[in-house]
Amino acid sequence: MSRRVFLKDGGLALVSLGFAPQFLARAVAESAPRRKVLVTIFQRGAVDGLNMIVPFGERDYYASRPSIAIARPGTSPDAALDLDGFFGMHPRLAPLKPLYDARQLAIVHACGSPDGTRSHFDAQDYMETATPGVKSTPDGWLNRYLHAREHEKATPFRAVALAPQLPRALQGLAPALAIGQIGQFGIRAGQATDMVQASFEAEYAAAAGSVLNRTGREAFDAVRMLKEADPTRYAPENGAQYPRTPYGEALKQIAQLIKADVGLEVAFAETGNWDHHAQEGAAVGQLANRLADFAGGIAALVRDLGNRMSDVMILTMSEFGRTVAENGNRGTDHGHGNAMMVVGGGVRGGKVYGRWPGLAREQRYEGRDLAVTTDFRTVFAEVAGGHLGLTNTKHVFPGFDGPMSVGTLG
Amino acid sequence: MRALKRHAQVAAVAALAMISAGVAGQAGLRSPVPTKPDDRTIVHVLNRLGFGAAPGDLERVRAIGLAAYIDQQIHPERLADSGMAVRLASFQTLTKSTQEMARQYYLPAQMARRELQRQQGSQDPAASDPAMAQQNAAARREMMTPEQAEAVRMERQALGELMQAKVLRAAYSDRQLEEVMVDFWFNHFNVFSGKGQVRVYLNEYERDAIRPRVLGKFRELLQATAESPAMLFYLDNWQSSAPEGARTAAPRAEAGRGNPRNPNRMPDRAGVGRPGELNRPRTLADLPPGVQNRRAGLNENYARELMELHTLGVEGGYTQKDVQEVARAFTGWTIANPRQGGGFRFEPRMHDDGEKIVLGHKIRSGGGKKDGDQVLDLLANHPSTAQFIATKLARRFVADHPPRALVDRAARTFRDTGGNIREVVRTIVTSPEFFAPEAHRAKVKSPFEFVVSAVRATGTNMTDAQPLVMAVRNLGMPLYGCQPPTGYADKAEAWVNTGALLNRMNFAVSLTASRQQRGAGVRPLQGRGGAGPSITSDALVASALAGELSETTAATVRKATTPSQALALVLGSPEFQRR
Repeated sequence: MSRRVFLKDGGLALVSLGFAPQFLARAVAESAPRRKVLVTIFQRGAVDGLNMIVPFGERDYYASRPSIAIARPGTSPDAALDLDGFFGMHPRLAPLKPLYDARQLAIVHACGSPDGTRSHFDAQDYMETATPGVKSTPDGWLNRYLHAREHEKATPFRAVALAPQLPRALQGLAPALAIGQIGQFGIRAGQATDMVQASFEAEYAAAAGSVLNRTGREAFDAVRMLKEADPTRYAPENGAQYPRTPYGEALKQIAQLIKADVGLEVAFAETGNWDHHAQEGAAVGQLANRLADFAGGIAALVRDLGNRMSDVMILTMSEFGRTVAENGNRGTDHGHGNAMMVVGGGVRGGKVYGRWPGLAREQRYEGRDLAVTTDFRTVFAEVAGGHLGLTNTKHVFPGFDGPMSVGTLG
Repeated sequence: MRALKRHAQVAAVAALAMISAGVAGQAGLRSPVPTKPDDRTIVHVLNRLGFGAAPGDLERVRAIGLAAYIDQQIHPERLADSGMAVRLASFQTLTKSTQEMARQYYLPAQMARRELQRQQGSQDPAASDPAMAQQNAAARREMMTPEQAEAVRMERQALGELMQAKVLRAAYSDRQLEEVMVDFWFNHFNVFSGKGQVRVYLNEYERDAIRPRVLGKFRELLQATAESPAMLFYLDNWQSSAPEGARTAAPRAEAGRGNPRNPNRMPDRAGVGRPGELNRPRTLADLPPGVQNRRAGLNENYARELMELHTLGVEGGYTQKDVQEVARAFTGWTIANPRQGGGFRFEPRMHDDGEKIVLGHKIRSGGGKKDGDQVLDLLANHPSTAQFIATKLARRFVADHPPRALVDRAARTFRDTGGNIREVVRTIVTSPEFFAPEAHRAKVKSPFEFVVSAVRATGTNMTDAQPLVMAVRNLGMPLYGCQPPTGYADKAEAWVNTGALLNRMNFAVSLTASRQQRGAGVRPLQGRGGAGPSITSDALVASALAGELSETTAATVRKATTPSQALALVLGSPEFQRR
């Protein structure tokens, strides 16, 4: 019930009546403790984590990848960017290197699922529900988080996926929005839009039956709120330049929502085309292009948000890693362990976390893949607890009794 | 004294039993189905047995009588429904066999993609512009030969026709209840078009496994889904094989025939093998080390969902041990050749032939394929299954939280008739609870129900159903696109949220817009050749809502400046979101 109470107090209630000046809304938002925001980015298709965060200190890395390995730092202009003498970033992740150096970016390597599936479908499902091996989980982990921490001041923009459809991670009992383009959120009836919108609003305000009445009210409040924020006239700050791709657009709109103070707490964006079974490339090529886009987006978001980043954390994930060895088509096949990144917030960055299992054949998972030494739920739980302030993780991560932290948040 | 008291109790129970028997007897004499129904009741029946009232339906039902109408719907085979055949005549894939579908529609596209991936990688000299990389898919399309583009188009067409046919049937078939039941059972035995080979089997699954049995015996429907390649693939049973050391029904190894544990295994590569290789099974040597045995062994996925979602329900009284035993019973239930659209096959080399104990019943060793059949017998006859199915059907037809007494009666019908779905449905839709005032408009329409009911209510003649397919997707319910095996929820809270509600209103605007309104910035849903609705808003309110509109809604509709705007304000109204 409480989650449906929308903007009841203070200046924000005026916003919902349609005549509050923006500064008033800001003032209210700033006098309250700033709410933490989590931005999750899903790399769908299983990024090759070993070429993203390169274990250049491993002999077996080079032995297994004669044509696609990234060179050791300093050996070529397109070599890995040294992180700690053992791991390096792919050269196209260069926009993220300053963040790592400024200790704003942490990496967790050899991270993944206890379930051994190599199906994209199943592995994404398990990662988004955070219940590896259990297919029938009805809701996603982010939604369970939202549900566990429902509060009076929740707005319709509390959880938003910048995607055409709500991802599994955000599906569940708590309200969450999928928005393709925030500029198009609202009633679309051409020249008659204002009139049609006012009519519908009146109808729903008078609706019998609480669920339609309540949701209708929320919907029109949300439309007005967004209009107030005027997304069409957005200009990124600090010279941030987002990649001109759907993924870059999604991150830009997340920044808009954060700055508009519309109550965003959990955002979701996704990026595809990581499934490089053939001609993956090394420092240049298919993977390199995807990584440039990926890194460019995160770097722009961080730059654009400026000092707001102290309240914002970015978490990246992909359903599983890829084979240690390249295949006959100079690509890689579906594997197991992978790398995740945590950026911003109070992260203790500048470090690669997790126990490194090694790449020798006997150290690999089933003789072929990077083994998993950190359950992805450990990273999720650390972010949900350390950044978002979730205290009881039991319902969000049912059945998980592993460690709740790898140390990225201290 | 104590004995006396017990006597008194027994007498009281007996008296109660007599009273309730009397009530039941009375109900038998005087059916709760009204003989002189008002508009509201007729609209209620049209909303529940079908996808809402179309213009003229009210009069038609009144003419033949409510009881006769219900009886007609419960026996769809007695309705000719010839108009439907005409509407679907131009579709090319609906009647094809799965093998034909695989050969003509799916394999060529898979090969085209594989070929492109290979080419593209090598001709991609560091186009370091990330925009390029993101436009991968678009770029890939541009690089296609006309043959490749055609292959990809045909693959899309196959699923597209299936989705359009689903919308068209729901909107225009006279067999409304049959369409409701197909939707219900597909959702109950859900499979997801996005998982691997499932899409190749979707058409066959709905057409041959589900549709013919939607009002038949539950046991037969259960068997058909259990043996369907769509389900075997979706819930991984096709790969489930006897665990290490278990006795199989036939010797495991057979040289040169692929993975000895699972002769069908596909390598987990995206796409398919090289052209020309498609017709012979891959041999052990084709598979990289580690792959051969990787998925060998028991897969519990189907066994678990079979009990939790298909039969007993999550509280139905089974244990993890039962899940394992059921999984053992179904080892060897596999697919002859998934890539080429092969059918069900029992593979003795994968089957664990030892004894199993399921829900306390012993299944003797040596049963082979019959082990699984026995499990299905046990589950279909289990009282938890009767209760679970009765609850779901009562939820679909009556209310999100259906009255307990109704569910119990429906479950009793299930048990008494050996799981005859037709009779269970009859029990529900001719019950006093079904006609009770509380049940009227108690359900919020799902996106599919909303879109289809709007098309019906306005008498819109959609020649191209693709915009409707997209509309349902935009409202959050992509057809054949429900990922988890639970299927879509059948409760209001799953479908009422801010974004989806606004999208419903926007759908109402574009469905009712005429093509002339383009100039005013409205995007009509109807493509070239289609006509917008011709019904007036008064007629719409009378026929689809039995005249029941709140004063506020009626006032906003009166103030509309154009006829199509008035229609939109009815279809997007809170009243029309309910059924």
